[in-house]
Amino acid sequence: MSIIVDKLNYIYSPGTAYQKHALKDINLEILDGEFIGLIGHTGSGKSTFIQHLNGLIKATSGGIYYNGENIYDAGFNMKSLRSKVGLVFQYPEHQLFETTVFKDVCFGPRNQGLDELQVELRAYEALKMVGIDNDLLDASPFELSGGQKRRVAIAGVLAMKPEVLILDEPTAGLDPKGRDEILEQIAKLHTESKLTIILVSHSMEDVAKYVDRLIVMNRGEIAFNDTPREVFGHYKELERIGLAAPQVTYVMNELRKRGIPVSIKATTVEEAKQEILRVMKQ
Amino acid sequence: MIRDITIGQYYPVDSLLHKLDPRVKLIGTILYIFSLFAFSNYYGYIVAAVFLFSIIKLSKVPLKFILRGLKAVVVLFVFTATFNLFLTPGTTIFEYGFIKITIEGIITAVLMTIRLTFLILGSSLMTFTTTPNNLTDGLESLLNPLKKIKVPVHEISMMMSIALRFIPILMEETDKIMKAQMARGADFETGGLVKRAKSLIPLLVPLFVSAFRRANDLAMAMEARCYRGGEGRTKMKPLKYTRRDILAFLVLMLYIAALVVINRL
Ligand SMILES: Nc1ncnc2c1ncn2[C@@H]1O[C@H](COP(=O)(O)OP(=O)(O)OP(=O)(O)O)[C@@H](O)[C@H]1O
Ligand SMILES: [Mg+2]
Repeated sequence: MSIIVDKLNYIYSPGTAYQKHALKDINLEILDGEFIGLIGHTGSGKSTFIQHLNGLIKATSGGIYYNGENIYDAGFNMKSLRSKVGLVFQYPEHQLFETTVFKDVCFGPRNQGLDELQVELRAYEALKMVGIDNDLLDASPFELSGGQKRRVAIAGVLAMKPEVLILDEPTAGLDPKGRDEILEQIAKLHTESKLTIILVSHSMEDVAKYVDRLIVMNRGEIAFNDTPREVFGHYKELERIGLAAPQVTYVMNELRKRGIPVSIKATTVEEAKQEILRVMKQ
Repeated sequence: MIRDITIGQYYPVDSLLHKLDPRVKLIGTILYIFSLFAFSNYYGYIVAAVFLFSIIKLSKVPLKFILRGLKAVVVLFVFTATFNLFLTPGTTIFEYGFIKITIEGIITAVLMTIRLTFLILGSSLMTFTTTPNNLTDGLESLLNPLKKIKVPVHEISMMMSIALRFIPILMEETDKIMKAQMARGADFETGGLVKRAKSLIPLLVPLFVSAFRRANDLAMAMEARCYRGGEGRTKMKPLKYTRRDILAFLVLMLYIAALVVINRL
């Protein structure tokens, strides 16, 4: 069970002055249950790429195989793909439209054709998962705070019970506390509900802590595709493409340069602390 | 899908036409539109066509791109053509019940379609070659005399430039919201009229909310920069006629003169 991306190319507005080759020969395999971070400078093609995975954008050339089936085959059921691959857009709170929070979350499962009881059950579960309190269910989505709106929008996709959850910068514009809460909840979905997760982000710090694998995009191409540890080892190249390794990577490298024999593999503050303590004790 | 509508878009290439003063282009377009309805013999069509296509060539905007804009107004064409086809009196060549087609009807329908096509091509060429900002600057300057009779010229042109500026933004927004709702299983393409109208709610509500939010933000940003209307406001790039603009006026005169001569034939 997996998603295989084969030599994917995408060109915006081909044949006009606005032509833009946004994705170039992307090859990728995403396995069941993986937690993947997708990182890249602004305009590197992240949002364009993830919209291919549930068929919202059709590739100019190349193919995508979902569990072995080519999604561009004539008989392929695009609607069922969209409920299996849940996509949460950048600023998802801008799509809320219903009169109450609960009704808005019901929109997805209802489109799946479930009966009303199932629809409500799923909406209820999804709102629970993202930590929305019961007393907010009947509130208008427009009177919630930014972070609450974001959660409701994420719940709207979760209620469809996708197998793969893709989130496009779910923490953009949130304060540090809201950011950590949302990331923790996503990590929980991964460990408890065994969802495959693709997390798009600008921030290395955000993803370093959670993901198994890091895919770095640069100008429509994949620059790195490895564990965070390995990718951060290339922090000089990361800087060249407008990104940076987490600050701990710099701290550890600097310590080492000054003669303290720490390993530079630590990617989170916690790991770095352990590593420094270990060296100090020796 | 929604991006296929090219009318009103700006096409960024560097051409003689792009460099012309917007006032020349505005006057030229208006004159051209009037000229389309002024001639009465077939040679007039040839002159109008030659003029239009040489200008399109000069603009460096691909013909394919310009023609794509016609797709959006096909309904209008069909509508006028049908009207002319059935309602023009003359020699009947086909009759069925109350439907009657005349030779004159066919001719008027064809000619009308050609005129409309030229009209739309001509006016979309203006927006292809002029940035919205330039266009409203030109308009403001041309309408300036109306200030004497208390027409709020500056306000009108400001509203126009904001509206023009917002068209691509709203289109992009529509595209984005549509995709987001499709990701939640929304279906905008199938079903009867009622179902389709209903399916638009998840699109229209967020679109209106975002339009109001943007309008609010814009008003705030304008106020923060002390915008108080046109009183005493100067321009960073004031419009000035150059040699090229005078030349363009001459070409325009030549075109009109040619039409007048041909109409006498
Ligand atoms: N609808 C569109 N039409 C034309 N070009 C587009 C469109 N959307 C994106 N692009 C271009 O494609 C490239 C990739 O855009 P994309 O939105 O995928 O980047 P991104 O990595 O998601 O950036 P960000 O981090 O800012 O969200 C950019 O250069 C962008 O200008
Ligand atoms: Mg993006």
